[in-house]
Amino acid sequence: MKYLELTVGAVLVYNFVLSRFLGICPFLGVSKRLGTAMGMSGAVIFVMTLASFITSLLYRHVLRFEYDGRTVDIGFLQVLLFILVIAGLVQLIEIMLQKLSPMLYQALGIYLPLITTNCAVLGAATINANNNYTVLEATVFGFFSGVGFALALLLFASLRERLDLAAVPAPFKGTAIALITAGILAMAFVGFSGLC
Amino acid sequence: MGTLTAAVMVMAGIGLALGVVIGFFAKLFQVKSDARVELVTELLPGANCGGCGKAGCSDFAKSVVSGENPPSKCPVSSKEQVTAIALALGIDAGESFAKKAVVCCGGDREQTLRLANYNGVLDCVSASLVAGGPKGCAYGCLGMGTCARKCPFGAIEIINGLAVIHKELCVGCGTCVAVCPRNVIKLVPAEAEVHVYCNSPAKGPAKKQVCRVPCLGCRKCVRAAEGKFTVNGFRAEVNYQAPELPTAEDVQKIGCPTGCLLTAEEHLRIEMNEPEWSAGKDE
Repeated sequence: MKYLELTVGAVLVYNFVLSRFLGICPFLGVSKRLGTAMGMSGAVIFVMTLASFITSLLYRHVLRFEYDGRTVDIGFLQVLLFILVIAGLVQLIEIMLQKLSPMLYQALGIYLPLITTNCAVLGAATINANNNYTVLEATVFGFFSGVGFALALLLFASLRERLDLAAVPAPFKGTAIALITAGILAMAFVGFSGLC
Repeated sequence: MGTLTAAVMVMAGIGLALGVVIGFFAKLFQVKSDARVELVTELLPGANCGGCGKAGCSDFAKSVVSGENPPSKCPVSSKEQVTAIALALGIDAGESFAKKAVVCCGGDREQTLRLANYNGVLDCVSASLVAGGPKGCAYGCLGMGTCARKCPFGAIEIINGLAVIHKELCVGCGTCVAVCPRNVIKLVPAEAEVHVYCNSPAKGPAKKQVCRVPCLGCRKCVRAAEGKFTVNGFRAEVNYQAPELPTAEDVQKIGCPTGCLLTAEEHLRIEMNEPEWSAGKDE
């Protein structure tokens, strides 16, 4: 039951983009075409899951530990450490992918390094820490947060592709209508609030 | 252990560990890349238009280095750029044929009959799926701008419901040729000035019923300028392979009865100066 709540919560109710307003930059930047949006979604799901796993391990075992019968709490290092680890992790994955799977490397392309400093990834790690999730819970939450991000991004990219063909009044063309669409989409997701 | 010591040790330890691991894996998973490919990619225009038939400029660079394509296969590069690439690699530049696209249709909203009102998505491909499109002529330009949206160089303008190519912006990549559902766009030698602005192979009277500026296949041009035109069915075409291409004087001399034989400048001038089509006029 706890995991169902986590899943539905991460994907729909507290959607990263449309309810928490994290990761708006790629949401607007890489949503012009469905193809690139898919690449970005894949990269975000991948990195978010891995980052959640690693950072929750660090949070539970490194940021607070027993030493000599006393508890040492260095929780104030949380943000610094998370950014360091996420950046290093993404770098590592990129190096390995380039050699092991050039196809996947090409598909993820520029998006992998782009999401190194994405606030959605750091946000997932921080939410895990604040809610004191166990490592498994954190990993599940990270994965489904990524799925939620992907859902929002793909929905929005499809909408924008259709908008390209629509007769939009001149002052609203481009980013203006995209922002209005994003707002309406966010309002639609408010309908899920209170579900869990 | 004090908090300060712990903090410094944890950060330094994790930073060092990450550094060592990344350094190790970077060495282990090193990918050797050909420096020449990067050099050629830099020399290419970077438009990623796909006119060469490859997935993009870096893909084309790879094929140039491997000898699969000559550098001149890039339709966007100027002669100087092609020579620079050939010099850098020490290979033959290959013969360059600069091309330009031309929309072989003069039937804008004023000139060509429309059979139906089309209210769907404003896109030529979508429109041509609905009973072949709203235009009376089944071969002419639909003018909904699929090519103009795809053009990486912004060289196509829709004027009065007709796609017109601005020659000075066109680089001849052929993107528009591939997307046009009516195959009305052709790639022609860049130096060609005169074109037959009609794409329909139908019989003259049939064309006359739906369009004011069709090629009737009267052969006047073929007779007046020997070898510069050919007739394909009921439609004259400029013989682009001929050693001499028709000039503006030829057009004057021939005096095409419907005015579909024009120089590119004249065609552009006519389309630009026609009164703006006003909505609701023929609906």
